[in-house]
Amino acid sequence: MVEAIIHMRDLVKQYKMGDNVVTALDHVTFTVEKGDFVAIVGPSGSGKSTLMNMIGCLDKPDQGEYILEGHTVNTLKDVQLAKIRNENIGFIFQNFNLLGRLTAVENVELPLIYRGMKAKERRECALRSLEQVGIVDRANHYPNQLSGGQQQRVAIARALAGTPPILLADEPTGALDSKTSQEIMDVLIQLNNEDHTIILITHDRDVAQKAKRMIMISDGRLTETEGTQHESVHIH
Amino acid sequence: MSLFTSIKLAMRNIKGNKLRALLTMLGIIIGVSSVIALVSIGQGSSKSVTDSINSLGTHLLTVNISNTDVPFTMDDVDKINKIDAVKNVSPVLSGRVTLKNGETTTDVALTGSNAAYKSVRNLSVSNGRFITDIDMDYRQKVIVLGSETAQTLFGMENPVGQKLLVNGDSYKVVGVLTEKGGSMGENTDDTVIIPFSTAQRLLGTTHIQQFYAQAKNEASLNIAMMMIERNLYQTFGDSDSYTVANQQDVMDTMSSVNDTMTMLLAGIASISLLVGGIGIMNIMFVSVTERTKEIGIRKSIGARRKDILLQFLIEAVVLSALGGLIGVGIGLIATKIYAVATGSDVVYSVAMMLFAFLFSLVVGIIFGVFPANKASKLNPIQALRFE
Ligand SMILES: Nc1ncnc2c1ncn2[C@@H]1O[C@H](COP(=O)(O)OP(=O)(O)OP(=O)(O)O)[C@@H](O)[C@H]1O
Ligand SMILES: [Mg+2]
Repeated sequence: MVEAIIHMRDLVKQYKMGDNVVTALDHVTFTVEKGDFVAIVGPSGSGKSTLMNMIGCLDKPDQGEYILEGHTVNTLKDVQLAKIRNENIGFIFQNFNLLGRLTAVENVELPLIYRGMKAKERRECALRSLEQVGIVDRANHYPNQLSGGQQQRVAIARALAGTPPILLADEPTGALDSKTSQEIMDVLIQLNNEDHTIILITHDRDVAQKAKRMIMISDGRLTETEGTQHESVHIH
Repeated sequence: MSLFTSIKLAMRNIKGNKLRALLTMLGIIIGVSSVIALVSIGQGSSKSVTDSINSLGTHLLTVNISNTDVPFTMDDVDKINKIDAVKNVSPVLSGRVTLKNGETTTDVALTGSNAAYKSVRNLSVSNGRFITDIDMDYRQKVIVLGSETAQTLFGMENPVGQKLLVNGDSYKVVGVLTEKGGSMGENTDDTVIIPFSTAQRLLGTTHIQQFYAQAKNEASLNIAMMMIERNLYQTFGDSDSYTVANQQDVMDTMSSVNDTMTMLLAGIASISLLVGGIGIMNIMFVSVTERTKEIGIRKSIGARRKDILLQFLIEAVVLSALGGLIGVGIGLIATKIYAVATGSDVVYSVAMMLFAFLFSLVVGIIFGVFPANKASKLNPIQALRFE
């Protein structure tokens, strides 16, 4: 029996725009186990990012219950949510979201800064995670001196730096060409093999096939398909 | 995040946009530097007024007699000298004369007075002696030279014991005054002093129109003034014939006018500091909007409200502190330039500089809080979506 790291029950998120109510998440129930690699696919506007923000504790549900590593997230205060984001979750974004004024290694240090780690130790950790994604030679480059794929590696290194158990990637390959996408996916698969739990949003079926599980979302409702790495081999 | 890291980060953001930072700090720089320059110059001029009044003589009363119908004589002066609270009385007679030593001539101010004049006016003799009461009694043709006059007429020679011509009459030099410098339009270096009785004859007057009275001490100054006024009233029978001026009153008035001016100017400069603070607030608001995305990113990786608030607050404070420091520097330089260019006294007050600097810090904190608070309250999802 594998331990559930994320458990969501009957989660509802609605956006009210005047009289118009958009139900971005409609009674979502969903469990992720430790070491899982879940791909979430669905059309634009189906609620993927909303779900991701919920998992990442950036947003709170209107209804339902969310338990992350034993914490009941929907009852936590802002300060505690910030702590969870810092220690339990690593975000990877479609457009990298690196800070342009900071070098690669300084970007990677950011989550450690908010953890209060000492400068020397911080630098070591950051370099280690840059090493892990194979971009340590660009540690002192600024983001605008790096290619898209390199920037995304730095962003992954930043997500990894605090060694959070969960990595959330919202279309990490969305801004990259297919070859670079492939490389980034390889990095993520590698990380999953090293025991990181990964949740990945993508438009790209090929990308999704590489995950262990695939979840479809449409109009805020989830349906899970039996898509695993082994089966994907059969499909092609 | 540690304070040191925050300050380093803030410095970095400021360096990334130097021109904007400079323009933002300009209000603070102008405010702090003008406060410092104005106060230093103001206090300097206060001090020089006080100094120059003091150098005229201490506990001094100046009596001017405007009534020439009733003759005021040495006997009347002696009566005033008998008043308990009065230590010395010196009648004075002033005029301009031409001095001649061999081929050298010069025009100077001449003062006729008595032996007490030396103590009354805080004078000292560097060479020879001052006028004595015997000189007074015998209308001796003796003369004491100011240091500059001695230099002009005798050069490197020792003037004491030599003769010179005053308006054609031969006088014997008995002493030279110590150099003192000018004060309040009078410069004793550039004058000569002869016995009062001799001066009366030289200038052709018999009346005494002005005399100085020196009180025993600070405390007896007012009593002396009252007694002299009473005495003069008895002599003249009305109070319009004379005026008695108290040195202290003049000094107090002058320095209070000066202080008021200084405070007024410093007040105006403080308003500039306030305006500078508003400038900082303005730019910080712009900065928060520009960096919305950054705030979103920081929040998504675990920055707390407090962290974001501190980041922006520290940036505002670093800006204003930097502005304050530059302002102190410019203020000091401006004051120095003024002092050198005009030869005036200035007073550098460390307390004032500290105050101006701390004030700029406080301005930074007060006006930095609003934008920082706005930044810290941003919703992370919306901030992340911001382009
Ligand atoms: N802040 C908001 N205010 C109002 N409606 C919102 C807001 N955020 C999301 N929505 C709505 O919720 C729904 C789900 O949005 P979401 O961003 O989760 O879609 P998505 O699946 O990530 O789409 P995409 O693939 O284009 O990124 C959409 O209909 C969207 O319009
Ligand atoms: Mg999305």
